Amino acid sequence: MVPTLLLVSITTFVIIQLPPGDYLDSLAAEMGESGVDNTAVLESLRRQYGLGEPFYVQYFKWMRGILLEGDFGLSFEKNRPVTDLIWDRLGWTFGISIMTLLFIWLTALPIGIYSAVRKYSVGDYVATFFGFIGLAIPNFLLALVMMYVAFKFFGQSVGGLVSPEYLGEPWTWAKFVDLLKHIWMPIVVVGTSGAAALIRIMRANLLDELYRPYVVTARAKGMTEFQLLLRYPVRVALNPFISTIGWILPTLVSGEIIVAVVMNLPTTGPLLLRALLVQDMFLAGSLILIVSMLTVVGTLISDVLLALVDPRIRYQ
Amino acid sequence: MSQAVLSHQEDVDDFDDTVKVLGPWALVWRKFKRHRLAMWSGVVVALIYLVAILGEFLAPVQIHDTSVRNTFQPPQAIHFFVTREDGSREFLLHAKGMKMELDRVALRRTFTVDESKIIPLGFWVRGYEYKFLGLLPSKVHLFGPTNPRDTVYLLGADRLGRDVLSRIILGTRVSMSIGLVGVAVSLVIGVLLGGASGYYGGWIDGLIQRFIEFIRSVPTIPLWMGLAAAIPLDWPPLRTYFVVTIIVSMIGWTTLAREVRGKFLSLRNEDFIIAARLDGLTNWEIIVKHMVPSFSSHIIASLTLAVPLMILAETSLSFLGIGLQPPIVSWGTLLKEAQNIRSIIEAPWLLIAPGTMIVIAVLTLNFLGDGVRDAADPHAH
Repeated sequence: MVPTLLLVSITTFVIIQLPPGDYLDSLAAEMGESGVDNTAVLESLRRQYGLGEPFYVQYFKWMRGILLEGDFGLSFEKNRPVTDLIWDRLGWTFGISIMTLLFIWLTALPIGIYSAVRKYSVGDYVATFFGFIGLAIPNFLLALVMMYVAFKFFGQSVGGLVSPEYLGEPWTWAKFVDLLKHIWMPIVVVGTSGAAALIRIMRANLLDELYRPYVVTARAKGMTEFQLLLRYPVRVALNPFISTIGWILPTLVSGEIIVAVVMNLPTTGPLLLRALLVQDMFLAGSLILIVSMLTVVGTLISDVLLALVDPRIRYQ
Repeated sequence: MSQAVLSHQEDVDDFDDTVKVLGPWALVWRKFKRHRLAMWSGVVVALIYLVAILGEFLAPVQIHDTSVRNTFQPPQAIHFFVTREDGSREFLLHAKGMKMELDRVALRRTFTVDESKIIPLGFWVRGYEYKFLGLLPSKVHLFGPTNPRDTVYLLGADRLGRDVLSRIILGTRVSMSIGLVGVAVSLVIGVLLGGASGYYGGWIDGLIQRFIEFIRSVPTIPLWMGLAAAIPLDWPPLRTYFVVTIIVSMIGWTTLAREVRGKFLSLRNEDFIIAARLDGLTNWEIIVKHMVPSFSSHIIASLTLAVPLMILAETSLSFLGIGLQPPIVSWGTLLKEAQNIRSIIEAPWLLIAPGTMIVIAVLTLNFLGDGVRDAADPHAH
């Protein structure tokens, strides 16, 4: 856990250091053009963040700021501390990711059970077909298609999480309803491929269980089919739902970031892309670092949950 | 004595005539053939790679040719019959010309079909010059307008009046080859690290496994975005292409390494490996002669399943503008043209055409990979 987090922070720092030059170079060039002499300001910034010093010195300065003072550095482009810019965006990114996770569970569970119980029925084939399509369409493409359909056939304003007239307004019931009207789209877009994968897993696992002797015994004892299904085989087949948080959470966060760029959501995606393109290194680095760390923590939580739910893992 | 040998020889011949002995690969092939969906997907994948190889021969218009008069021109339909002045109908493959009208107030272009202007189309026509397979100079194209001065936009034109069909055909080469090259890179890394991990075990295994877990637990997109954004914009296209390929291949190798490790662990104590070791074979010989052949079919299956992931990754990065850059034409850079809702509504073909290609390629590669995996598994029923 701790080594992983350490590795994440080092990798992040290496990545944001990769491009030649730094933001202060371009800032200096810009100031030089406009004829303002700000050498003193630049020098103090350079000293504060150790720019131009050896790699490990910069890394330690950055990490010390984060760990001791909660200071993630300065966003050079916006000229504000990184902490001012990122928290609500991170909140939306993880909010949407977690809602997507719930969406995946709520759709994949019933569909997976149905597909397994009514194997080779029309419904099963439909589910399988949509499952494969869901896996084959890249997130951003699905986002574009849905935006097109929503705009063309339903006349809905697309992009963003609320309609333009609610931007910057305080939270009211009407704004909340408007949010619900918008937020389902990124959730469905991000969740489709994960749901498709989970339906396949659920179907396969349940099919393994359905013909076990204990199911036959329960049926012979006269248990109703529905009760029987939910009480035993589904419970056994449910494991992947929890264990998949581990690998699904990173993909959801990744997917959310791309979809947010396409749909122009106020989450980390567009901010990160912009920061990377203009070499706003502390902003980009902090975003990558926090997103990765929270994902690692989420994965750990899923492992703990899995142990709580499944006695076979707990006792190992 | 010689008589006995002869008759024995005849017995063997007889045996060969009645019972066919199939090698492992023939068995896999036989099982694969029964998997209809995978079989047809294989055909489609082969066709897509054929398009990628032939490239310019199939593309009717030069991909960097711009035309101001044809910006955002909608796709032209292919017609089969023309009506002559005397009312008789005659077979002629053609497309109707399009008239562009500029609404000066709304600053909008509208295209209407010009019924009078007929552009005859044909096979084996002459067009722009290119090098067939990169070697032989040629002007012959499979399909296009018979008069080299005509241009036809069968899938519409983009913002600069470039032919979308030709760009998709040549984008196929870049996108599909990134999948293959990326898989080759992750094959090397995956087999080396996975093999070392499984064969040696101990602390090497622990180290490599922790490293793989680390890569898998981190959301990949932000990391790739960071790596891809570090590629300088002024790099030559070929170098960008290779760096993007390497970035993209960083996802594939972890799955592969895990699979190889698992196979090594389970094979290490098999009787035939122990026998080989007792026979005095070196580690290297055991790995190459006995272990690798016994799981190569699994590796091929997981490689096939990794190709679509790489294609999707390249497309996503290029779409965001941090993967391949514009002079290179790939499906991702083509979709970048359809990035905002306004251009999609004005020119939906910019989204639909490359999008369909991606979905078809990824879907058929997935089906193919599933089929290969099922066929390669001797225990599957």
